[in-house]
Amino acid sequence: MNSSGLNLKFAPDSPSPAPVNASILDIFIEFLIIGATSFGGGVVAYLRNGLVVKRQWVTDKEFVEMLSISQTLPGLNATNMAILVGDRLRGVLGAFAAIFAVCLPGGILMYIAGLLYQEHGSRPVANAALQGVAAAAVGLILATGVQLGRKSLSGNTDLVFIVITIIGVNRLHLSVPRVLIAVGIMATIWYRPRSRPGGYSSQ
Amino acid sequence: MNQLPALVRVFAYLSLLTVGGGMAAFPELKVLTVEVHHWLTFKQLIHLYSVGQMAPGPNMMMIVSIGEWVAGPMGALVVVLAFFGPTAALALLVGRLWKRLEHWPWRDSIRKGLAPVSIGLLLAGCFTLARGAIFGLETAAVMVATLLILLQYEINPALLILAAAIIGAFSFTPR
Repeated sequence: MNSSGLNLKFAPDSPSPAPVNASILDIFIEFLIIGATSFGGGVVAYLRNGLVVKRQWVTDKEFVEMLSISQTLPGLNATNMAILVGDRLRGVLGAFAAIFAVCLPGGILMYIAGLLYQEHGSRPVANAALQGVAAAAVGLILATGVQLGRKSLSGNTDLVFIVITIIGVNRLHLSVPRVLIAVGIMATIWYRPRSRPGGYSSQ
Repeated sequence: MNQLPALVRVFAYLSLLTVGGGMAAFPELKVLTVEVHHWLTFKQLIHLYSVGQMAPGPNMMMIVSIGEWVAGPMGALVVVLAFFGPTAALALLVGRLWKRLEHWPWRDSIRKGLAPVSIGLLLAGCFTLARGAIFGLETAAVMVATLLILLQYEINPALLILAAAIIGAFSFTPR
């Protein structure tokens, strides 16, 4: 479980910031490479490979910690990670360079794709190909859901929260923020801090 | 008519819903861009979103296409800033506070509580997408095949999506 490292003591100089020497340009280039090569989603694997394995800018433990922040906050994993790592390395400027670089290649590509689609999207062949793409995308996202579930769920009650969320959005047609806040609060209270030092602790 | 303020409002709002990933915002993305503002049709949204899954980088860069359609290059730029600005600022702030919240017992409760919600939102978004993308046996077969292959093998999803495009072009084209 990835939270076991949290009770690490607040060492004045925890291993991270000192030895790393990354210029803004280095940060820009590395995130540009990640932003340009991470075809097909799964950007987290590319981030880990680039930042932990290749550049050794963050340790595996820090990476997991940052990832858990990224997943808790709104925002995409790729951009939240860019901000967190960039800020860790070089402050606000580093964060800005990282997010800009990670978005740039995909942004240019989708800009062009949008233009092409506008021009040719209504052709029967293109339309048929895109039907295939859309069907596969649904399969891909379902697979992501299954894989995420295997990794980050803590128990059977989580399945209940998942089902309530889906029913709220898809069946009752409640708006996403309402469901997010309502079920989020419910689940957070379910996982409320239990074992208080000196108090009784259940399980 | 100047659509830029509407673009900013819509995409800044959507960005705050992307807990656990872009898919969480998809149902609202559909309502706002298709039903409220009529910037594109549901089918076009599905096509762009699906193509966007293949693109490298953050998997919501398809918003650039919407911005460009609505208001040209300026629209594309505005959409990106509106969509990534708020969450970037939040990540910066919370990233710096996170260490200090280490001993705040609710930090872990929130993290654990949001995990199932974000998966629920992912699936809810996925079902909204499926409603427009899965019709008939062929599309269902492509979906199931993609799901099973991805769960079974380590393969780049972009290749599968590309294969699905080719299958689609050959077999879904009306004759």
